[in-house]
Amino acid sequence: MGVETFILVSVIKIVIALAVLLTAVAYSVWLERKVVGHMQNRWGPTRVGPFGLLQPLADGLKFIFKEDLTPPHVYRPLYIAAPMLALIFALTSIAVVPVGNWVSVAGVHTPLQITDVNIGLLIILGVTSLGVYGVALAGWSSNNKYSLLGGLRASAQMVSYEIALGLSLVGVLIMAGSFSLRDIVDAQGGHFWGFIPRWNIFQGQIVAFFVYLMAAYAETNRVPFDLPEAETELVAGYHTEYSSMKFAMFFMAEYANMITVACLASLLFLGGWHGPLFGPPMLQAVLPLFWFGLRIFAFIFIYIWVRGTLPRFRYDQLMAFGWKFLLPLAMANLVVTALVVALRS
Amino acid sequence: MLHLILFLAFGAVCVAGAVNLLVQRHPINSALSLVVVMGSLAVEYLLLGAEFVAAVQIIVYAGAIMVLFVFVIMLLNAGEEEYSNKSRVAHVVGIPGVLIGCVLIGWVLVERSHTEAVAVGALPGAPKDIGWLLFHDYLLPFEVTSILVLIAIMGAVVLAGRPEPVQQSKKES
Repeated sequence: MGVETFILVSVIKIVIALAVLLTAVAYSVWLERKVVGHMQNRWGPTRVGPFGLLQPLADGLKFIFKEDLTPPHVYRPLYIAAPMLALIFALTSIAVVPVGNWVSVAGVHTPLQITDVNIGLLIILGVTSLGVYGVALAGWSSNNKYSLLGGLRASAQMVSYEIALGLSLVGVLIMAGSFSLRDIVDAQGGHFWGFIPRWNIFQGQIVAFFVYLMAAYAETNRVPFDLPEAETELVAGYHTEYSSMKFAMFFMAEYANMITVACLASLLFLGGWHGPLFGPPMLQAVLPLFWFGLRIFAFIFIYIWVRGTLPRFRYDQLMAFGWKFLLPLAMANLVVTALVVALRS
Repeated sequence: MLHLILFLAFGAVCVAGAVNLLVQRHPINSALSLVVVMGSLAVEYLLLGAEFVAAVQIIVYAGAIMVLFVFVIMLLNAGEEEYSNKSRVAHVVGIPGVLIGCVLIGWVLVERSHTEAVAVGALPGAPKDIGWLLFHDYLLPFEVTSILVLIAIMGAVVLAGRPEPVQQSKKES
């Protein structure tokens, strides 16, 4: 592949991935409002378009046209940079997420992924661990006690749960023997006894999956671990002082992080895009994308379900849960997995 | 060619970040400059073919240790620092120290400049190689280091868990 083709293909892939991701972000918000609404015996958005489907568009326009207030007491450089950092780090990690097999379009053979690097998983972990700066700096630069408390909570919580999150993934890495997300998915192809898929969750990583699930809720600051923005105690936490598009950037970052976490869970534990293939060749080409999308949808739905069901933890409960329960559980899982893999080989 | 350009560009970013770290007066700006230094160092490692070290640099240093630095600065609400020219040690030891360091680095660079170049990826840098080295060839040093870290953790726990008599008397009064 020549340099020009490479750049052209990369740009096309980036544009498509970004467009799909941002649309998914917008419609996750719609889905959340709709599902939580129905859980609470309300309708959710219904006015704009059929079933309120155009609501995200209306919200986006509203955010753009709202007045952008900058309170006089903030530390301006970081106050402006913080939402950008949050959004940049949230969107970057999609670059290494594979969504399907290799395809050939107009004579160009390319993977359905912006770039396939052999340390893909580490890059995602690194980028998400940098994402905490957006929240922490927003809290600090707002120069407001509620924001500061939100920022402090966010950084302590994310650093604590990152350890359990990382350890829960090591079991999968040991089984796949690679950091490349594509290799990890490829290792999960096929079936046991012809019908149970070889997903990592069925290969004994079910404990790791639940540790990951719980740590991921804390990493994305979602209910029941949404203490950084606990509105009953902290007004709105780290984004109290933000308005219009700056607030929307934090909002988009949160949902983009949710989607990244969902992608990672599907790739590492649920077999990525593997699923039954049938029908004409055209349908067979599209089906992996559909299966992958279905897993992500299921994940987002569970996120919303949990939000509609569980109350918020207390802060000491959150820390005790992370350090005294999740971390030992992840370590035990790691030891057992390593032992099994060592005995098997 | 592109490698060289990127290497020099990120080297410049790294040095600029380090200078900014010293020049800035506010601790949080200094801490963020240090994050920039860590990030550009990671890119340099990546360009040298040590992708695992690069990723670990980002995850551990930029993503965890510096977050804790920023956390502490935020928690203590540290204000701007003031410059003072009163430190005589800095004048007596610091300036000659910097000069000696520069001369040493320059001397090493000149001395080693005629060694042959190594292609990217020729040296072990893959996670597998590093894991093999750590858990095979250098197992003993690795374990000794982990015991050292364990002792440090226990020391921190003991220090944090010690009851403070001063605070108690304050509460009583």
